[in-house]
Amino acid sequence: MAAEPILALNNVTKRFGGLTVSDQVSFAVPRGARMALIGPNGAGKTTLFNLMSGVYPLDGGEIVLDGQRIDTVPSRRRIAMGLSRSFQNIRLMPHLSVIENVMLGQHAQASGIGDLLTPISWMRGGVWRRLAMERLEAAGISVHPDADVASLPYGVRKKIEVVRALMSKPRLLMLDEPAAGLNPRETAELSAFLKAVAATGVTLLVVEHDMSFVHDLCEHTVVLNFGKLIYEGPTRAVQDDEAVREAYLGSRRVETAGGSHAA
Amino acid sequence: MSGYATGIVAILCINLIFAYAIFVTAAAGQLNLGGAGFQAIGAYTAAWLSSNAGQPVIVTIPLAMVTTALIGFLISFPVLRTRGVYMVLATFAFGQFVSGFLLRSPTFGGAIGMVVSDYVGVGLLVAAAIITTGLVFFLMASRLGLAIRSIHDDEPVSTIMGVNVRAVQVTTFTIGGALAGLSGALYAHHFSFVEAQYFNSLLSIYVLLFVLIGGTQTAWGPLVGSLFFTLLPEVLRVGGSWRYVVFGVAIVAMMVLRPQGIVTRELVSRLSPRNWFGSRPAPAARLADGG
Repeated sequence: MAAEPILALNNVTKRFGGLTVSDQVSFAVPRGARMALIGPNGAGKTTLFNLMSGVYPLDGGEIVLDGQRIDTVPSRRRIAMGLSRSFQNIRLMPHLSVIENVMLGQHAQASGIGDLLTPISWMRGGVWRRLAMERLEAAGISVHPDADVASLPYGVRKKIEVVRALMSKPRLLMLDEPAAGLNPRETAELSAFLKAVAATGVTLLVVEHDMSFVHDLCEHTVVLNFGKLIYEGPTRAVQDDEAVREAYLGSRRVETAGGSHAA
Repeated sequence: MSGYATGIVAILCINLIFAYAIFVTAAAGQLNLGGAGFQAIGAYTAAWLSSNAGQPVIVTIPLAMVTTALIGFLISFPVLRTRGVYMVLATFAFGQFVSGFLLRSPTFGGAIGMVVSDYVGVGLLVAAAIITTGLVFFLMASRLGLAIRSIHDDEPVSTIMGVNVRAVQVTTFTIGGALAGLSGALYAHHFSFVEAQYFNSLLSIYVLLFVLIGGTQTAWGPLVGSLFFTLLPEVLRVGGSWRYVVFGVAIVAMMVLRPQGIVTRELVSRLSPRNWFGSRPAPAARLADGG
């Protein structure tokens, strides 16, 4: 991690009442990396995502994106600074069509009054709609652009959410369990798609429970447990780490890592 | 056109503009049950400017709109601190306050009401209704309209997507105020008389019903809702007093059968000429190979 990291968390702390859900967490995401953020249920992974995207304020520490402190910046401005995310439970807008959901991802790029009053729904050949269509196609989503998102299969909706997050041209893309609920073929497709996205210079930070997906996609991993950082390093070494094994398994067999390692 | 038909067209135009006033905020997920209050302010502003200050219609109508837009803007700040049923109550209280104030104010004629000097014909009402409809359709097709609809669905995610939720909500209240003021000013000038009792809570309830039963997802909703609610009672006139019963049953039936409103985005997309030929937005879809 010689070059300046794209994202740095320094002693990030958050308490909900008496519970410390993020306890002085510090780590850095190298520019262009594909990094995984893992940990048992309730470890504070989604909380950390919510702190980064500004859903809650920090109780201590700082978050620095590309040299700029962002934890003091209002939530809605962070996407324009290059930080975009998806959600653990799909949060597409149920009453917007597929293409409208994707075009919502362009909002941060279209801030002027002229852009706001551009009739994007009427301009079939307009640049906004064309870009959104291209992104959908590049992601291999072949549904009708005017389809109701609620009627689509889970895997497709999950993918549309990733495309929506990509529309803002992020420098850091944070995905919260993108492979959850996908079948093996969809998971493999998603992994290939995200590698292609990363190849265009987008840094990935991925919360995921599917360890084979993590091994396939991410070269770096950080592990959280009870709000504390317990591991930071290469993904291939994560299951040999004593603290990680203890956090996940106590003294039982390592099932998530393929069932081959005994603790 | 007979006087009866003209009367119906006039009230339809006023109701339509009024419905769009309430729709613009409802599309962003905020229910305004004080519509009559905004309309009353528009009507009385126009009436007062016309009768007491001798201003022509070209001045009274825009000034009435500016006044109600400003009030919509100012009232949005306290109102947006409330949510759901509390917002409905807060806006309802505003409507009650306005009609109570007008009823007790000697400047505005109190319970006697006010005569409005300048008359506006049904032609101008139709023109205003067409222009308003066009502008609301434009608004909903724009990126601002997309932001309005996404706030309706999910405020936190809209914020993360970069939407300035509060600014958009304040904007919808301001636009809604201006349109309610326009409908009130047109009412005053067309019927040449305003009285506080007309702008009562039942009117606020009716206009909100136009919007909710018509549908809040697209600009077609208020159009269908106002047509339905303005014309159905007229059609039902043949049934005498029973029409109130039939009307009430029709409202309940609508709410049971189509709680999302008569017109939805999905319905508009299905009926769109663009999708008559070739691929249709199929309910089920497959994931393409590769990726």
